[in-house]
Amino acid sequence: MSLLEVKALSKHFGGIRAIEEITFNTRSGIILSIIGPNGAGKTTLFNCLTGFLRPTKGSVVFSEKEISYLSADKINLLGISRTFQNIRLFKEMTVIENVMVAQHSKIRSGFLSAVIRSSNFKEEERIAKERSFEYLELLGIEAYAEKISGSLPYGAQRKLEIARALATEATLILLDEPTAGMNPQETDEMMARIKNLRELGKTIILIEHDMKVVMGISDRIIVLDHGVKIAEGVPYDIKNNPMVIEAYLGRETH
Amino acid sequence: MFLQQLINGLTLGSVYALIALGYTMVYGILELINFAHGEIYMLGAYLGIILLGFFTAIGLTSQSLSLSIILTLILTIIFCSSYGFTIEKIAYKPLRRSPRLSPLISAIGVSIFLQNYVMLTQGATDKVFSSIFGNAGFDFLSTRITYLQLAIILVSAVIMLLLHAFILKTKTGKAMRAVAQDKTMASLLGINIDTVISATFIIGSGLAAIAGVMVAMYYGLVNYYIGYTAGIKAFTAAVLGGIGSVPGAMLGGVILGLAESLGASYILREYIEYKDAFAFIILITILLAKPEGLLGKTSEEKI
Repeated sequence: MSLLEVKALSKHFGGIRAIEEITFNTRSGIILSIIGPNGAGKTTLFNCLTGFLRPTKGSVVFSEKEISYLSADKINLLGISRTFQNIRLFKEMTVIENVMVAQHSKIRSGFLSAVIRSSNFKEEERIAKERSFEYLELLGIEAYAEKISGSLPYGAQRKLEIARALATEATLILLDEPTAGMNPQETDEMMARIKNLRELGKTIILIEHDMKVVMGISDRIIVLDHGVKIAEGVPYDIKNNPMVIEAYLGRETH
Repeated sequence: MFLQQLINGLTLGSVYALIALGYTMVYGILELINFAHGEIYMLGAYLGIILLGFFTAIGLTSQSLSLSIILTLILTIIFCSSYGFTIEKIAYKPLRRSPRLSPLISAIGVSIFLQNYVMLTQGATDKVFSSIFGNAGFDFLSTRITYLQLAIILVSAVIMLLLHAFILKTKTGKAMRAVAQDKTMASLLGINIDTVISATFIIGSGLAAIAGVMVAMYYGLVNYYIGYTAGIKAFTAAVLGGIGSVPGAMLGGVILGLAESLGASYILREYIEYKDAFAFIILITILLAKPEGLLGKTSEEKI
């Protein structure tokens, strides 16, 4: 059974076809990578899947529900969360607060109980904080919990963004270039953490440029070029697919 | 003399601060200067006087003064919050994706509409309410401090502390800060932006309602244009403290109130009509030295 079914999804900006008739499925508990040259439409695809952009045509079915017309917050509540290529933290809030915001929809207590500080509110606050802390531990950044998030080193900020995405309790996590700007050692650590998420039963869709990362951790790979899907398969097939090589290296001239 | 002006200034400043919070909270989230906010305060003052008059007429105030004040406050808060909520839905929400100037013009329109609506229904003359509080109070170091002044200062302080805790600790408060920093990211984390914006307008209008009722009790006089002057002053206070900053609005309000009353009695003396100009001289001086306001942050342009 597929967790996510994308059918003939298109997004046009005026005359520009950012993505055109993209179709793919993904089952639960795998790492699916999306690769392709710059401008292939990878981030646009993410934007359409998360409600950040409304698709021009096509359908997105997540857990048997059509989501292509829903707003971003509704899609998130159904269980899809994402990170950004350029990190988008709430820079003026502390690390733990960033994660707690993501727990927002999971805390029930309202305005009144908050004002009178009822035990119910305190209890829920405590649970939210504890859970948020667990997500920080999962990414190995619990030491920064009370720091202002904007002051964190770059690698830790990336991890915090992933922790925050996880804290929405989403089952499908979309990661937009999680290793961008990292040195090889940091990249290896990030790969291990992403693999760990798969062990926890999360489904990951990954946009990645680093071929070593992609080939090392993906269960499946989709290749986009100029907005269309040109190949899909396991890493071995993709590596040897002439169309993919052509998209990356250009056509041989005779 | 000094102590007297200090108390007067604090009273005035507390009211400015309560109104300024509404400006600064809405600006923090929508980057909109809600010019209709002063009118919400004016509506609160009107309803306060009407309700207190009503409770006096039915004899409730003579039986239990505190009960009638609490009832007045609660009803006025509900009334003004509904106005704030509705104004956002009708006049600002449809313009959320328009250029920034459009909602601003819309806000000015709402402000003019509310002023004229109140003028037509309540008349253009001052509404006077013979104060039920008189001059009751106590003498401290040969200064007359009325219970009402003390109550205004204390109530404002408590409300501001509650608001501060609310924004820091509760999930709605955290959501507000998140939305203020990055709306799109907040919605991608499952936060309903519309709910947060509505909550902001409801809270801001509720604070203005409290300010309105307290001023109605303090001066015992309202008219349809008090919202304009108070709105401009409170907006000045918000800018002074750094617009978008909640503690800034509180600080700005108190500074402005003190500057007005102390400045009027020590510096202006017989030129007391220039009291309002004095507030703006303070504003210009501070902004020349610190353009982002006292507690404001230098905003970096988003790319």
